[in-house]
Parts: sequence; C-alpha cells; structure tokens
Amino acid sequence: MVPTVSIPTPSGDSTAAQVPIPSLDVDPFSMEFFANPHPVHEVLREAGPVVRLDKWNVFAVARYAEVHAVLNDPQTFCSRRGVGLSDFAKETPWRPPSLILEADPPAHTRTRAVLNRVLSPAVIKQIRDRFTAAAEAKADELVAKGSFDAITDLAEAYPLSVFPDALGLKPEGREHLIPYASLVFNAFGPPNELRRNAIERSAPHKAYVEAQCQRENLAPGGFGACIHARVDEGDITAAEAPLLVRSLLSAGLDTTVNGLGAAIYCLARFPEQWERLRNDPSLARNAFEEAVRLESPVQTFFRTTTREVDISGFRLDEGEKVLMFLAAANRDPRRWDNPDNYDVTRRTSGHVGFGSGIHMCVGQLVARLEGEVMLTALTRRVRTIAITGPVKRLFNNTLRGLESLPVTLTPA
Amino acid sequence: MPSLTFVHPDGRPETLETGNGESAMMAATRHGVDEIVGECGGNAMCATCHVYVDDTWIDRLPAISDDEDALLDGTAAERQSTSRLSCQIKMTPELDGLVLRLPDRQV
Ligand code: FES
Repeated sequence: MVPTVSIPTPSGDSTAAQVPIPSLDVDPFSMEFFANPHPVHEVLREAGPVVRLDKWNVFAVARYAEVHAVLNDPQTFCSRRGVGLSDFAKETPWRPPSLILEADPPAHTRTRAVLNRVLSPAVIKQIRDRFTAAAEAKADELVAKGSFDAITDLAEAYPLSVFPDALGLKPEGREHLIPYASLVFNAFGPPNELRRNAIERSAPHKAYVEAQCQRENLAPGGFGACIHARVDEGDITAAEAPLLVRSLLSAGLDTTVNGLGAAIYCLARFPEQWERLRNDPSLARNAFEEAVRLESPVQTFFRTTTREVDISGFRLDEGEKVLMFLAAANRDPRRWDNPDNYDVTRRTSGHVGFGSGIHMCVGQLVARLEGEVMLTALTRRVRTIAITGPVKRLFNNTLRGLESLPVTLTPA
Repeated sequence: MPSLTFVHPDGRPETLETGNGESAMMAATRHGVDEIVGECGGNAMCATCHVYVDDTWIDRLPAISDDEDALLDGTAAERQSTSRLSCQIKMTPELDGLVLRLPDRQV
C-alpha cells in the first residue's frame, strides 16, 4: 500500500511531473481512522510530499513544509470553492458560504480586517480579568467535586460560562451552540454517515444561529455588537454583519472545548509535565499551545487549486481539491523533535493547529486566553490529575477530541 | 547573511546570524531567544514578538502597516514610539547590524 518515493526534485525541473503521485486507499474520514489516525498520518507523510486519496478522489499533503506552503499561498490554493470536500463550483453549499473562511482576497481582506479588530490583542486585554475570575470559580467548584467528567464539566462548561456572554448572546437557546459547531465541522467532510446525520438534524440549530446573528439579538458591548457597529462605519454592509457573527458562533466554541479537553488529556497522561507546570504556572499558556499542536483539535481543511501547480515537484491540475493534514504536520519529525511527546516547555511557534497565513484562526487569542487562565487556575489548586474511567472518543469529520474523560483531582 | 543584535531586558546583547529573507522574529525563535514568543507564527496576529528598535535604526525600517499599528496597541509591555513587531521586520543586507531591544514580557 505504501509506494516508495524518491526525494522529489524541486519545481521547475523538467523531469518533475514524470514521477507519479503515490496513491493510497486510506479513508481519512472513517471511524477506524478517527479511532487512531497517527499511524496513517505517518504513512501519508512518508509516502511523499503529495499523495492521492483514491477513496475521495482528492490530493493530500501531510508534511509540515507542504501544509505550511499550501496554507500560505491562497492565490493558488483558494478557499472560495469551499474548505471541505464539497466543491462550491460544482455543488451547492449546505449553507450560505462564510464571508471569511470561504472567501479569498480581495473579498476576504475587508471582512478579515473587521474580525481582526473585534478580536484584537487590545480587546483581549479588556476581557482578561473577567475570563480569569470565571476560571478561578470553575476550578474551585471542580476541586470541591473531586471526581467529574473533564469534557462536559470542564472543557465544555468553562468556555460556555464565558464565550457566549462575551459574544453578547441571549441566555435562551445556548444548548444549540455546540451541536451547531459540530454540524459545521462534520459538513466539511465527505458525504458519509457523520455528515448526512449532522445535516439531517440541522434545522433547529441553524434556525437558532440565524436568529442570534441579527443585530437586535446581540447585547451591547459584545463581540457580535462590535461587528454590527462596523456597518455604521461603512466597513461592511448590513447584510454581511450577521454572516460574520455566524463565523464566531461556528468556530469559537467547539474548537476551544476540544483544545481544553486536549490539554487536560495531555496533562493527565504526562504527569511529569503536570508537575513541571505546577512548579512554574507561567508555563500554562504554552502548555495549552503544546496540547493544540499535539492533538490538533482541528485536524484537516481543504483548498482548491486555481491553476496547474507544482507541489514539491509534483504536478496538479486546476480545480483539484487538496486536503491538508494539519495534525500530521504538527507531528512531522522533519519539523519537530520528539513530535509525539507532550512537552510544556517546547517552542511551539509555527505549529499549524490554528492554521497559518491569511486564514489563520481569527479567534486564537480568545482560545489561548481561555486555555491559559483555566490551566493556571488548576495549577494553584490541584496536585494530581488521574484518569479514572473509560475515555470515549468524539467522532467528527474535522474535529478531534473526546466525548468523555472521567478524572479525579487531588487537591494541592 | 545580515546579523542582528537583540538586547535582553537586563542589558545583555546577543548577536545572531539571520537566514535569507528571514524575519527578526523567526531568527529569534530559531536561536531560542526566550523573550520572543511569536504565538501566531509570524502572521501578524498576536503581538507577542514585540521589540523596541534602537534609536539609530528606527528610521531605516520600512513604514508600519495599519495592521501592525493596531496590533501594537495590544502589546503586553508598554508601547513606545520605537515599538515594532519583529515578525514584520524582514532581514535584508541593508539591515545588517540591526539592534532590537527586548521587552520584559509578551503576554
Ligand atoms: S509573531 Fe504574531 S504578531 Fe508577530
């Protein structure tokens, strides 16, 4: 199944296109794969800089260098034809396309600038105290409990206690938020059972989200109201604002939940790293970042080629879908020392867990803030974190995380 | 390759070689300069690669973009007139010998 490939010649070499692109018959959207993707990631990386996945008729990159290069060349690898398997040039998207995720420059530039300002480092400074206080309260509550599910009671409960308020959402209906995000991320996948089921059950979640994106439903001072305020400045139109709010609702919660879940899962499995973190809580931010690198809550995204292109000497036609394995790139031994180790002191700069380039996660600062303050609050109160029951995996076409992680904390 | 000197908060200078077309942030993280974090990997989004450019060099750098200017308002250490994001400083032969002072914190 794994073809041998010689080191590819750089693009421009006339012999470049003569080496065939290795084909693999793995399905990276199957339950078997989701249960343990890492061995397949290695096969994908070692097969060559670009591979073909016969099952879905797409190309894929899994090495750090190529994933990074594709992410940073939006002219050649566009997003407007969808960042899932579905090609918007040939199929109708399941919802109106995102004005930011599924857009290219110059259209993307203006909407991105709006979100950059709404979620800027200066704004994050202002919400920091509020997010810290909520994390401290949550940590107190969990230490008092002792034993609980680290996914529902911590990884979900903490972001749910801060993010919807920061956005300015009404109290009613928030239970739709996580199902909606899970739908969005399943929908990036192929037409498999996960995707079909998610879309079939989507109507109430879609209706809720659509309503919450309207100006009159968003509390003053929140991220949502700030987006709508840019209509008055003439930066975006009144029709665009709700769709930009929708981006925060789609991408701002489930990803953080899986990021926090990943951090707790790592710290429970690597007790010496927890010890290190306890001894130096200033590492909390990096401990979260390293969990995002190692576990990559967002595993994959697609791009579509806008022209004939060479990737590391291999020729692709125009209009091809290219699947980027962010998770495999984040563990590529060509880029990382001991890539499968969780190391809270690692220099993580450059990992692609939040993407890279113009589409890099616009909410990364909020996610890091949530991760940092929650882990910091735990280091001050908790001596050990032990996994005390069966760990259940979450199955989603794009997200990687857990559905259940029973833990017991011993107080410091 | 142009060389670059970082001055640590305690006044200790550290000179390093930069790679072709590398940013000052990338050179710093590659050499393990602790005071540069670079959380966004050089995508001008995080403001954790903040530096103070030495007075003698400040006018020789390309102008600040609007994006960089907005990000500099959110730096952890105080913004000064010589503040820049080191991921937006691309090392060229003209910048050989550049001196950048490191702030005491980035987050
Ligand atoms: S590295 Fe993030 S702004 Fe420079």
